Order: sequence, then C-alpha cells, then structure tokens
Amino acid sequence: MIDVLDAVKTYGSVRVVDGVRLTLPAGGLTSIVGPNGAGKSTLLSLIARLLEMDGGQVLVDGLDVTSTRSDVLATRIAALRQENHLTSRLTVRDLVTFGRYPHSKGRTTPEDLEHVARALEFLDLEPLADRFLDEMSGGQRQRAFVAMVLCQDTDVVLLDEPLNNLDPRHAVAMMERLRAAVDELGKTVVLVVHDINVAAHYSDHIVAMCDGAVMVEGSPREVIRPEVLSSVYGLPVEVHEIAGRPHATYFPPGRPSVTFSIA
Amino acid sequence: MPRLGAVAGVVGLLTIVSLFVGVGDVTPASLANAVFGADDGSRHDVLLVLASRVPRTIAILLAGAGMAIAGQIMQLLSRNRFVEPSTAGTVESAAIGILAVTVLAPGAPVMVKMLVATVTALAGTALFLRILRHVPLRSVLVVPLVGLMLGGIINAVSTFFAYRLDLVQSLNTWMTGDFSGVLRGRYELLWLTFALVVVAYLVADRFTVAGMGQDFVTNLGMNYRAVLALGLSIVSMVTAVVVVTVGAIPFLGLVVPNVVALMFGDNLRRTAPWVALGGAGFVLVCDLLGRTVRYPYEVPIGVVVGVVGSAAFLFLLLRRGARVA
Ligand SMILES: Nc1ncnc2c1ncn2[C@@H]1O[C@H](COP(=O)(O)OP(=O)(O)OP(=O)(O)O)[C@@H](O)[C@H]1O
Ligand SMILES: [Mg+2]
Repeated sequence: MIDVLDAVKTYGSVRVVDGVRLTLPAGGLTSIVGPNGAGKSTLLSLIARLLEMDGGQVLVDGLDVTSTRSDVLATRIAALRQENHLTSRLTVRDLVTFGRYPHSKGRTTPEDLEHVARALEFLDLEPLADRFLDEMSGGQRQRAFVAMVLCQDTDVVLLDEPLNNLDPRHAVAMMERLRAAVDELGKTVVLVVHDINVAAHYSDHIVAMCDGAVMVEGSPREVIRPEVLSSVYGLPVEVHEIAGRPHATYFPPGRPSVTFSIA
Repeated sequence: MPRLGAVAGVVGLLTIVSLFVGVGDVTPASLANAVFGADDGSRHDVLLVLASRVPRTIAILLAGAGMAIAGQIMQLLSRNRFVEPSTAGTVESAAIGILAVTVLAPGAPVMVKMLVATVTALAGTALFLRILRHVPLRSVLVVPLVGLMLGGIINAVSTFFAYRLDLVQSLNTWMTGDFSGVLRGRYELLWLTFALVVVAYLVADRFTVAGMGQDFVTNLGMNYRAVLALGLSIVSMVTAVVVVTVGAIPFLGLVVPNVVALMFGDNLRRTAPWVALGGAGFVLVCDLLGRTVRYPYEVPIGVVVGVVGSAAFLFLLLRRGARVA
C-alpha cells in the first residue's frame, strides 16, 4: 500500500510535483501516464526516496520513506529509474546479484542464487549472464536492470519506463511477468509507461498526470476515453473497442497510400 | 584468462629476484653459505639483505598493492576511470599536511605526520568531490583535469612555503617515490596499508555499488554518505602512509585498476585480489627495471612507473577501441 500525501518537489521556483495525493492499494498494477515533463519520474523517485521531498509525505506500508531506515525500506520497495548509466564494468550476473544485497548484505546464500537464476530466466538473460553490460544492446541492458530490481523481491516495485528499448516480444514478456507477480505473488507494481495501450491492457489502475498534478485516475475503462486522453496529451485521441477492450489510436488520418509504377 | 594463482606465483618469483638484485652481491649460494656455513665474511651479506633488501621489497609490495586499491576505490567513488590519488589532489594534500607538521612540530614522530597527512588528504579529496558537484559538464576528461588543477594549486602553496623555509628538498622526497632509502625501522608504517586493503576487501560490495551511482546505493538500502566517507578515509590514509614513508607513486592507481577492469570488470569483491597483486607486481617490476637499466645507479621509481605506466595505458586505450566483445 502506497500513500502519497500532498507530495511536493520544487526546482527553483517551479513545482514539478505539486501536492500530489494518491492512494495505491496493495496488490495491483498501476500505470502512470502523461506527457513529457508531467512529473511522473519525479513522483516515482519521491516514492522510492531517491529524491528529497520539499513537502508532504509518502508512506509505504505505513512507513514514512523519509524517516524509515534505508536498509529496512530496501527489503520492501525497489525502484528503477528511467535512465541508468553505469561507468563501471559489471556482468549481468553481478548486477542482478546485487539486487539481493538488501537481503544477503553481501553474503550470498543458495536461496539468493535461486532468486538470481529465476530473474535471469524470466528476462531471457541466461545466455547473456556473463557478458559485461557495456558490451550489450540497449534492450538487453534494460532487461538486466529490471532483472536486478525483480531480484530484490520486494512487495512494492516501481519501474520508470521499463519497456524502453524493448522489442515487442520482450515487452509483452515483461508485462506478462509483472502481471503474474501481481496476480500470483500479490506484489504492488507501479509503472510509468508511454504506450497507452500497454497501460490499458495490463493495469488495474491508471493515473494520468499533467503539470505536476494528478489529472485523472481510475480503472482503464474510466481513463481510456477519448475526451480524457485528448486533454491529457493535448492530441486528438480516438478509442476503439477491439476484442472487448478499449484501444486508443492517435495517429492523424492516414495519407492516401502512394503506389509507384514503372511506366 | 590468467589465473590468480599463476600471477601470484610470478609476483612471488619476482619478490625473490628483487632480494638478490642490487649493489653488493648477494647470491642464493652466498646466502645459504652465510646461514649454514661458518664464514663470518658472508654474514655481512646476510645483514645487508636483512637490513635493506627485505624491507625494501616488502615496502614495494605494500605500497604497490595499497596505491592500486586506493586508485580503484577512487574510480568507483568518483565514477570516473581517470581518477586516482594523484589526479584528485589527494597526494598533494597529504604532502602539505606533512609539510605543516615538519614546520610546526619538527620533532613529531612519523605517526603524527601520517595522521595529519591523512586528515589533509581527506579534506583535499572531499574538496575535489565537492568541486565536481558544481562542474556543469562532467565529461570523462574534465574530471581528472579538475583534480590535476586542484593538485597543482595545493602543490604551489606547499612549494611557496617549502621554498621560504628551505624545505624544497623534503617536499620533493614526498612527491617522488623512491625506495632506495627504505631501511628497517623506517617502513613499518606501510603495514597499515595492508590492514586498509583488507578492510576495503571486506566492504568491497559497498564500493562496487557506489560505482553504480547514488540511486543504486539508496535503492539497495546503503547510506551513500557513509560509503563515501569510508572509501575516502581508506584512500586518504593509504596515500598518507605511502607519501610519508616512500613518497608518491603516480599513475599506478590508474594503470592497474584499468587493466584489471578490462579483463575482469569492476566487481571489487572479485577484482580486489587482482588489483592488489597487480599493483604489487607492477611496482616490483618497475623497481627492478630502475635498479638494473643504469646499474650501478638507480633510476627513481616515479620515473620508471611514469614511463612504463603511460605506455601500458596508451596501449590499453588503443586496444580497447579495437576490441570486439
Ligand atoms: N534536476 C532537475 N532540475 C530542474 N528541473 C528538473 C530536474 N529534473 C526534472 N526537472 C523538471 O521537472 C519536470 C518533471 O520531470 P520528470 O522527469 O518528472 O518528467 P516525466 O513526467 O518523467 O517526463 P518524461 O515522460 O519525459 O520522462 C520537467 O519539467 C523537468 O524539466
Ligand atoms: Mg520520466
């Protein structure tokens, strides 16, 4: 369970997260959507105590994230930021094993190794496990970071654009994994996603942010509506029913297809 | 991939060779003769070995391992491949501390000098990291340039006072490593670096995670400031001890960790033995070179390390570009 109580983050005189109030029940998949610069990443970082708050409070399972010991929180909440650039050379296995640190404190047990093996398997990383991260593709690296966070095996998992750089097959696989983590293990997963249809398809709850504030929140049916999405993104969005689910399309009407003929 | 045991064997062998190289011939045979025979004349040889060669070799191993580990820790903490105590103002800060003790409390024991040098080295390195936080463009090469400039400024201050107080020569001794003055009773402080290397190994995971950045440190439940403080303390103390006993050995903390990282990565728990052994072996080889190229004269270790180190480093940089994963 995550309670965000009037969280504020300012840079200079700009309030990039402006008094957000949000309650996310335990055991569910929530997607945060919204335009660039809406404050999604900042909000996620505040929840994960990766940024200092300038006002308000965040409680995770009733624990205030600013006052609770960091090592205690690390066994309950794990987060991955939008961009992760490593200057040091680590192998995939090293990285994922560090995800166990909050539990193992560096003394890796057989149980930890099991978690590592499972995370590597889930994210299709077994053949790459002993490669250095700086010698892999962007999508492979992204999967390794997500594997690390899943390996931390916390009740709350926060992922900022986890589908970055992923091909459709791995994107679907990752979403299925996260869905299973929610349904089978009761985890609370919060994602930032830009693909509205991924949010529509996999979420229990969608939060739409704009200018540092929550604009709308609710079930996919409540948020995936043309008038809501159009005002969130400032772009005409149509919503169609495909196979009994709402599906958003936002490309301008297509140009007539051009055929070339060799005369 | 080379094996740790094999490399340890080579370093061991070099250690033995180092014991028998120098002005005043000591051969394994004469040593055996002195120990087992009754010849008083060869006792002198044994004393020679014990009084200077053994301490010298131990000093080389300890200083080499310590500075290499210090360099690796600095690189993880600053998240930059080109940072080490001599490119971060640490060495110069240690030297100014020793200078201050020499001026203000001339009779102070070496232990006091070392402790003061640790404090000034810590302050200087912390200042370096603080400046970095305000440098808008943290490009890979700007970072060590900032460190070199800071070191230059601190060194200028030291030189000014050293010049006024006729201590330029002492300052030079601290700033350029030299093992020729190592004798029993004047190097034992270096064992402290051994203890510090062991501590670094025990908390290696924290430094590796620090190398991944502050967000990872926080996410995994560590205290970033505590990790930083611990790492900087180790680096500063190792540097202070080395500068006080044998003088600065530049470049070492850059070359060795970079070579090890290319081969084995940066997981300090796994690479620390390699870095320590590599540092010890590297200085040992450089010292042997320095003692033999112009026999019977010695080329200072700092010069040899500079030449061999920069060549090795250039080679690696160029090879890295050409390498296919
Ligand atoms: N370190 C910073 N200093 C100043 N302003 C910042 C800083 N970080 C973020 N901002 C501003 O805060 C606002 C919110 O940023 P945030 O990263 O939370 O956006 P976002 O919703 O995640 O956007 P995106 O979809 O592009 O990832 C932006 O306007 C951004 O310019
Ligand atoms: Mg973002």
